Amino acid sequence: MIKAILVFNNHGKPRLSKFYQYFTEDMQQQIIKETFQLVSKRDDNVCNFLEGGSLIGGSDYKLIYRHYATLYFVFCVDSSESELGILDLIQVFVETLDKCFENVCELDLIFHVDKVHYILNELVMGGMVLETNMTEILTRIEEQNKLEKQEDSVVHFNASSNIIVAGLAAAPARAVSAVKNMNIPQQIKDMKLPDLPQAIKDLKF
Amino acid sequence: MALRKVKGNLERMFDKNLTDLVRGIRNNKDNEAKYIAQCIEEIKLELRQDNISVKSNAVAKLTYLQMLGYDISWAGFNIIEVMSSPKFTHKRIGYLAASQSFHQDTELLMLTTNMIRKDLNSQGQYDAGVALSGLACFIGPDLARDLANDIMTLLASTKPYLRKKAVLMMYKVFLRFPEALRPAFPRLREKLEDPDSGVQSAAVNVVCELARKNPKNYLSLAPVFFKLMTTSTNNWMLIKIIKLFGALTPLEPRLGKKLIEPLTNLIHSTSAMSLLYECINTVIAVLISISSGMPNHSASIQLCVQKLRILIEDTDQNLKYLGLLAMSKILRTHPKSVQAHKDLILQCLDDKDESIRLRALDLLYGMVSKKTLMEIVKRLMVHMDKAEGTSYRDELLSKIVQICSQGNYQYITNFEWYVSVLVELTRVEALGRQGSLVAGQLLDVGIRVAAIRPFATRQMALLLDNAHFLASGAGGSSGDGTTTGCGALASSVAEVLHAAAWICGEFSQHLPSPVSTLEAMLRGGRLPSLPGHTQAVFVHNVLKLFAAVMARPKNEGGDPETIDKLSDLLLEKLPYFASSGDLEVQERASSALQIVKLLAQKRKRHREKGKKVGGLLDGMGEETLGEGEGSGGEEDPYTAEFIALFRGELNPVAPKAQKKVQVPDGLDLDAWINDPPSESSESEEEVGENLFGTSERGGLKLFASELYVRGSHHPVSQNLSEEEMQKRREARRLELANNPHYLKGSSKKVNDNSVADIPVAPIELTTPLHIAGLVSSDKYLDLDRKKSSRKGREKKVKGRKKGKRSSREVNNGVSASDDDEVSPMHVVNTDIGEMPEGVEPSEGEEEDSRPSDDPHRALDINLDEPLRDEEKLPVAKHRAGAEEEGGGEGVLVEDGEVQEAVEEEGVKKKGKKSKKKKANKEAEREDGRKRKKGRKKEKVEGDAERLDVGVIKDSIGEPAPESNKASEDIDMWLIRSEQLEVEGEVKKVVSGGKKRGKHKGGGGDDPSSSSANKEATQKRRRSKRKEGAGEVGGGGDEGSKVSSKEGYEEAAGISTPSKEAVSEDAADGGEEWKLCRMRKLAEDKALLLTCEWRGSSILEQGAIAVNAGVVLVNRGAWPLRRLDLNLSESPSVKQLNGPSTMDSLMGEATGLQVQLLPPGASTEIAFSLTVSEPTSPHKLRATLTYILDQGDAGSSHEKLDMWLVVPCSAYLLGPSIVGGQMSEGSFADLLSSGDLGHRRSLSLASSTVHMTFSQVLKMLCACVGGLTLVEQVGDSASLYARSAIGHHVCMLAKASGQPVVLNLDAKSDCDALLVHLLEELRTTLSPHLS
Repeated sequence: MIKAILVFNNHGKPRLSKFYQYFTEDMQQQIIKETFQLVSKRDDNVCNFLEGGSLIGGSDYKLIYRHYATLYFVFCVDSSESELGILDLIQVFVETLDKCFENVCELDLIFHVDKVHYILNELVMGGMVLETNMTEILTRIEEQNKLEKQEDSVVHFNASSNIIVAGLAAAPARAVSAVKNMNIPQQIKDMKLPDLPQAIKDLKF
Repeated sequence: MALRKVKGNLERMFDKNLTDLVRGIRNNKDNEAKYIAQCIEEIKLELRQDNISVKSNAVAKLTYLQMLGYDISWAGFNIIEVMSSPKFTHKRIGYLAASQSFHQDTELLMLTTNMIRKDLNSQGQYDAGVALSGLACFIGPDLARDLANDIMTLLASTKPYLRKKAVLMMYKVFLRFPEALRPAFPRLREKLEDPDSGVQSAAVNVVCELARKNPKNYLSLAPVFFKLMTTSTNNWMLIKIIKLFGALTPLEPRLGKKLIEPLTNLIHSTSAMSLLYECINTVIAVLISISSGMPNHSASIQLCVQKLRILIEDTDQNLKYLGLLAMSKILRTHPKSVQAHKDLILQCLDDKDESIRLRALDLLYGMVSKKTLMEIVKRLMVHMDKAEGTSYRDELLSKIVQICSQGNYQYITNFEWYVSVLVELTRVEALGRQGSLVAGQLLDVGIRVAAIRPFATRQMALLLDNAHFLASGAGGSSGDGTTTGCGALASSVAEVLHAAAWICGEFSQHLPSPVSTLEAMLRGGRLPSLPGHTQAVFVHNVLKLFAAVMARPKNEGGDPETIDKLSDLLLEKLPYFASSGDLEVQERASSALQIVKLLAQKRKRHREKGKKVGGLLDGMGEETLGEGEGSGGEEDPYTAEFIALFRGELNPVAPKAQKKVQVPDGLDLDAWINDPPSESSESEEEVGENLFGTSERGGLKLFASELYVRGSHHPVSQNLSEEEMQKRREARRLELANNPHYLKGSSKKVNDNSVADIPVAPIELTTPLHIAGLVSSDKYLDLDRKKSSRKGREKKVKGRKKGKRSSREVNNGVSASDDDEVSPMHVVNTDIGEMPEGVEPSEGEEEDSRPSDDPHRALDINLDEPLRDEEKLPVAKHRAGAEEEGGGEGVLVEDGEVQEAVEEEGVKKKGKKSKKKKANKEAEREDGRKRKKGRKKEKVEGDAERLDVGVIKDSIGEPAPESNKASEDIDMWLIRSEQLEVEGEVKKVVSGGKKRGKHKGGGGDDPSSSSANKEATQKRRRSKRKEGAGEVGGGGDEGSKVSSKEGYEEAAGISTPSKEAVSEDAADGGEEWKLCRMRKLAEDKALLLTCEWRGSSILEQGAIAVNAGVVLVNRGAWPLRRLDLNLSESPSVKQLNGPSTMDSLMGEATGLQVQLLPPGASTEIAFSLTVSEPTSPHKLRATLTYILDQGDAGSSHEKLDMWLVVPCSAYLLGPSIVGGQMSEGSFADLLSSGDLGHRRSLSLASSTVHMTFSQVLKMLCACVGGLTLVEQVGDSASLYARSAIGHHVCMLAKASGQPVVLNLDAKSDCDALLVHLLEELRTTLSPHLS
């Protein structure tokens, strides 16, 4: 069983946290903190297994992690998982992210943590490995994204028809909510998006 | 500027989305908390709106905030709202939020049951998929109970994606709702052989998780896993399976033997390191479980160790780590093979990687010997100084203690060295939690090694002298030495002081200056940082020391003046302890105080009395009582009495002794002795636990001093004369000498010798803390080295020592390891400790090591036991209506059908009349059907309907006979593997001349394959059934019903055609029998499916193509549209001309379609399958989906699940091809050629008389297509068949007696084919004959 999957950056800022066992939010933060402290002090050329996380698990549990550029991917697993297998799984996870985001970088994880969760859900379910075949995972993700897009376009259609029905005489509040339906804010931001991330990247990284 | 303003307005008007939130947080790094608080306020507003998009946006933002550590459970209701949105986009957001913030005890989850059920049963597979993913994170007992059934239904989904998720989900259900395990397990087990490898892998995953905690319940699955292991190429699955075997082998050594070979093959062949590693691990587990008796046992170990060495030498740190990890497992049972790689392991000890060092440490304890112990410990001590991080330091310390203390200190040659190591460890900064470990070792060594006591006592006295320094010194590093600053650091030292005080008190005779030690204890005991239980020990041992001082002769400090001074000191200092906050300290101090007071009083009075009697006696007394009991022995009886309090030796108590004390008869421990107290004394109990719990480490449970069994403690009454006392003392000494548990008397003599040999350590002044007198362990290392150079001289001394020791060693069961050339300087008492009388120390109850809240405890369920009736998954009652709309949707509908079946059964029992009535009824129902054989057909259907019920029941729970066999099966499977080789040889010798034998018994002697064996057991079972059916005879309804149920196992309904024997008009003419070949597949109200096999042809590589036709009959009143037959392929059976290979690549089943089927019409779907192993029957899952168009009432989607069995007869070539080629002559030639090496026979008894032999033959040929009649002479006939891949089957049929008994004697060059073919013949024919 996988007990937790954590992704944080070189400064310990969480980028994704998925716990398959219940911990309170405070405890979760402590675990992330402790894990970061354990992992971050290790050189890059030492092994990827780590024991001694006191907050999560106990003696049966291990931390298996990989360090990619600015991000740490940490899986906390028990003895029923194969250590090398989990390392593989991390690789599959990251490669999938890379395919989905096209050259994934930390910013992708920062701004699309929900998508990262959806991707992760195709790999691991309730702490158990669900799928390891990347093409299969990608197909599933794409199909779901397609589904979402379809719904999105339906929403747009409904929204515009709403406006027509409501006409000019309709109450402004209603119009606003209809416009909201159109996801205009997203569109406005979407339009800016191509240059924005690059700018941020240049500024901060 | 203006633009920014406009944008700001827009921003205010439109809610922030997730990206805005993230950006905002990044832009407000300085006041993040404030910004987020503001955002949460906004989110709260958004959540109040009706618009679901706004809500879901808000929930998405909350999910992000949850990751940052904000509790979002207050929005639980809104999350559920978003989850319930019909849109996938929102649903996904909702379920994600739920999975992040809900947990199994979230009360709101009560509201979600129906919503989740709806999602699970949703048409879109991703709706259900998202629901499953979310549910896996927050499912609780209630949800698990309510949804178990729906998830079960998903197990049978046509979509592998959902099946896969549902399988994993079942594990969570089992954890939360253990009652589901038994009813659901058969289904889960089926999934192990699912055509989709992803589903298979998931099922393996689940079973592995289950079996890891309760392996014994899953032993019976071993054959299935074994097959998977040898056939699968999916490394993920293989790893899991191999891990599972690792858990199973300890329970079944025979399994291990069977595993060794395939695993070794994998080790040699695989290139995947992960798989290699797991194989090695399991091989190790196997080798541990079968300690001996394997011929190539050592070869396997060598292989493993070699491979591991390669891993350890690899530059990849990960492999190095894993190599060491696996090595430590070997070490436990095969230390010798690991010791060969000592160089490598010591090298790893210096690795820069802490994880690797830790693993190397694990291995160290197997590396030490008497020679190397000191070196290695020295090395570890150096590490200790360098180590940063408490966890590694803790580990180092416990490893030092472990390697030193292992095997009752068998590797320690010099205990002075060990004591000094322990003392040095005390001085290591930040001892961490290990203080008690060191203390336990000190106590243990002090008690077990009598010879070390003088040295240990001296060292401990030094420690006590400097207690204040140690404690505050440790504290000083963390602050100003204030009480609070001392805290954790000092407490570990306090633990050691606890041991020091006890040793000084108990072995006070070795103290150089008990008075000063006593003073030091009174001083040190008052240190504020000392915990209560340590203080209590201080108080008690002060009293002991006081007694010891009194017991000393006058010239050694026992003079009355000193005693008086001490008692004054005690009276002065003890009240301080008496006012302690700790109850234990208080109590002890008070009683100590009272004793000292009383003693002082009595002494005073006695002295006054003595003065009155006269001064002369005093002088005389002094002369005569020079070295007696105590200073004032005769003149002061109270003193003697006081001293007697602490006299006698303490014996170690076995760890389990306390538990083993038997309750005397008539003592009820649960009964109240007094009236129940109003307020219990809990606080005291706590103290007690604390007190006893501290020193539980080490080989023995070392209770605090007062728990030791005081050896024969005689209360000395006041009027005992000196002579009497002397006598008693003598008696006691005798008693001690005879009691093997008392070691002191004899060992003391040895001590005297060995003490002389011990080099007295010079005082080391350069220790970090500058405590004078504490020795350094390095000294002993140097000494040891020097000593080895003058070994020759030593040897003589050793010889002498050994002679004296030998008897003791035999007693204690210590084997002197002579090969090591280093002799220990001290003797260790290795007794297991005192036990209550009549209790065997060896009997150890294995306690469940799992924590009590581990859900796996509840899953310790026997799965082989047959299911009881009441063991069913709870079904959602209010969904009864779903039966109509849901079509063939698994379990829900089953209930209805089961009921129907029960009704039917009731009707049947009434007799033939009602049977006919029933048939008529059915005939009415199927009005529109054009088939002429109406009545007979119906009969078929009637049976099949019941059969369906059987199928369903089976799929819920296994039928009783099957499950009873489970344990037997595994046994047979294992035994077979053992006998395989032997049998194989025997087989060769006997082969041709094998007796014909009754077919019934043919279970055990078939070596071909494990599947064939399974077949055989089934065969046996079935033949039993048949007998049962025969007994029932005419009213054989029941019997055949049971057998038809049984038949599901392998031929779901197909091989069980109409059992109505011979209808009069059908007796002649093979045409009628042709119908036998139409095997019914499935049916429901609207549809009937039958299947016919139409010969086969050969393809390349031993595979053949089998042609099949499935006839669909619409027997309802409504047209059916879009009938779609889906065959899910298995590894050995694939569709030949399936619509596209793309579909199968995508994991979808291949489909065969019919657009429209009007009422009453029938159509046929023809297809071909490729079978890669055309010697045994294969089973395929098939699903038919269609739309039932009910005119105005609307249309509904229906589904029909079935098993399509490809029988052996389908592999035979058609009679038209074979018939012409085979003449009587060539038949005889074939038989005599000797090519047909396998021979089987079958006899079928017919209960009906009116059937001629030729009729029987016709029936035979008709039922099994491909069988050709070569020649018929009288009551015997020869038959021939050839399979598409060229196997010959020759049969000799003989009929005898009245009623007819048909004896079939068959020969073939393929045993498997023969066995299966005969089996098929029997199942097909027996209903016709009976």
